[in-house]
Amino acid sequence: MAHANPTGHEKIETSNFLMIVLILVTVAFGGLTEIVPLFFQHSTTKPVENLKPYTALQLAGRDVYIREGCYNCHSQMVRPFRAETLRYGHYSTAGEFVYDHPFQWGSKRTGPDLHRVGGKYSDDWHRIHLINPRDVVPESNMPAYPWLENAALNPADVAPKMTALRKVGVPYTDDEIAKAADEVKGKTELDAVVAYLQVLGTALK
Amino acid sequence: MAQAAQPGRPVYSDAPVRLFALAAVLWGVVGMFVGVFIAAQLAFPDLTFGIPWLSYGRLRPLHTNAVIFAFGGCALFATSYHVVQRTCQTRLFAPGLAMFTFIAWQVVIVLAAISLPLGYTSGKEYAELEWPIDILIAVTWVSYAIVFFGTVGIRKVRHIYVANWFFGAFIIAVALLHIVNSAAIPVSLTKSYSAYAGVQDAMVQWWYGHNAVGFFLTAGFLGMMYYYIPKQAERPVYSYRLSIVHFWALIFTYMWAGPHHLHYTALPDWTQSVGMIFSLVLLAPSWGGMINGIMTLSGAWHKLRDDAILKFLIVALSFYGMSTFEGPMMSIKTVNALSHYTDWTVGHVHSGALGWVGMISIGSLYFLIPRMFGRKTMYSTRAIELHFWVATIGIVLYIAAMWIAGVMQGLMWRAVNPDGTLVYSFVESVKASYPFYIIRMLGGLLYLTGMVIMLWNTIMTVRSGKVVETPVPMVTAHA
Repeated sequence: MAHANPTGHEKIETSNFLMIVLILVTVAFGGLTEIVPLFFQHSTTKPVENLKPYTALQLAGRDVYIREGCYNCHSQMVRPFRAETLRYGHYSTAGEFVYDHPFQWGSKRTGPDLHRVGGKYSDDWHRIHLINPRDVVPESNMPAYPWLENAALNPADVAPKMTALRKVGVPYTDDEIAKAADEVKGKTELDAVVAYLQVLGTALK
Repeated sequence: MAQAAQPGRPVYSDAPVRLFALAAVLWGVVGMFVGVFIAAQLAFPDLTFGIPWLSYGRLRPLHTNAVIFAFGGCALFATSYHVVQRTCQTRLFAPGLAMFTFIAWQVVIVLAAISLPLGYTSGKEYAELEWPIDILIAVTWVSYAIVFFGTVGIRKVRHIYVANWFFGAFIIAVALLHIVNSAAIPVSLTKSYSAYAGVQDAMVQWWYGHNAVGFFLTAGFLGMMYYYIPKQAERPVYSYRLSIVHFWALIFTYMWAGPHHLHYTALPDWTQSVGMIFSLVLLAPSWGGMINGIMTLSGAWHKLRDDAILKFLIVALSFYGMSTFEGPMMSIKTVNALSHYTDWTVGHVHSGALGWVGMISIGSLYFLIPRMFGRKTMYSTRAIELHFWVATIGIVLYIAAMWIAGVMQGLMWRAVNPDGTLVYSFVESVKASYPFYIIRMLGGLLYLTGMVIMLWNTIMTVRSGKVVETPVPMVTAHA
């Protein structure tokens, strides 16, 4: 029964404070051990040799990709398996993703992996496919994205995005940010998504 | 049992409990309806009708957020507020703050329902809501912690009951997970970028994502289980010692399991291996909880025959055991090499979500709701029985379809001819999956039908009952 001076677990069970503190300590270990070293390891922090931050147009396209939730059906992570590298190309390496805020590795392949889709299909193929996938792939269950074609990009949007990304470590130059609005003037969301898709995976030569 | 409230005697603060319980039923129907709709879209993609805010990529996050945080969240708020008061024999600490959490949480849900289809998203799974809503969530959560731990602090009972350990761990862990994973640099009110990038972002995201499962969807609901099963079965929890061991082991181990979402990705090997080992270890404390709950029925197994609420609660634990066996198996790298990115993962998620989380919530709400309206039972116990069978068949259809589709996809993607070339194009696996998408949609439709039956039963119960204030017992229970 209850003791005047509890020991062992009874001590914790009869103290709100101890319970809270011990829970907090217990749940902290896993995250600290698995997350912190990744910020210091060479292999996870060094960009691959040819990696450049996304251009203004590619960045606009990436944001459309995120907005439309493409990661819900497409992964961007080629695994080091024979069948996978045969299908998609070189397996994905950590250094290719250091500028990806947020990462878009995905967790489901309702559609194929896209990490190395850059350069595989023509711009025109992408345009037709995005406007109605079943026009080029009849058995596809991908939704149609006709609204991208007529949605003009707002040039004023891009520079603030690049400025924000620079704050979290993406090395945009002042020059790149100054020229950003011009780069997307007159372009549509469809242009932007295609530009983004065409750069994917091309850094690893 | 229930005594009439007398002037001057304190009463339990059940208004937040009542409101959250009703909200849980409503959001359950809404969230699951969105689920059935997007399941239909996977088989019939033109159900987008060219409308951006109906497209799968925008609606799927609405479904996940609605069923986890709206349905699951309201069920957790309702039951934790109910349980903490009854087991501490005191009304809520700061009932006004508890009412604030109700209103604020509904605001979060409505904002999610509006912002997600509009495409305002962070692009991180189960954490899609943009930063202003994240701040509101944090404020609500801190308030929740104050109410919950405040109530534990003013308890009239010496020992903190086991359900409250689990609710407490759930509240603390979710606060930590949410704040760390939501770190972002804002660009505008509706757009931000993750503070982390690439591999670091992936690790933080799946540390969060797995523990959204481990704490939001497991520890919190184990708290529910530890109160409503003993109450409905009218038996004490099977083993005090087991509850201690599995509680601390569970909350320690879960936090390490995240990397099993990242097997064979660009996450370093050492991290993958650590995640795999701890995911395997996790089987033990998980089954500890299952055993403790099921064995509480020792000497009372016959009650399962006629008690539909107990059916829900115990079958929930069976699915919990199944999912917490399947999960560790899928965390083995070799198995994961086949399962990752396939519908097997979806099947696994839904056996846990519909089987464990759904059923334990449904059973607990069927216990709670009538009592919040001065009744002992729901308006119709036959409807509860019907709900149970409809839900169970729905789950079985769902997960069987997904297992078959998932393994098939994994095998098709890796199939090579003797000359080393790939056997199947990707789209061939899509084509082969269609029949299973249809069956899954039917399974989900059955499960949704069960929730609609529950909604009807709840409305009839509320209409035929009335809000009664329950006095806090004068006599302190021995603990």
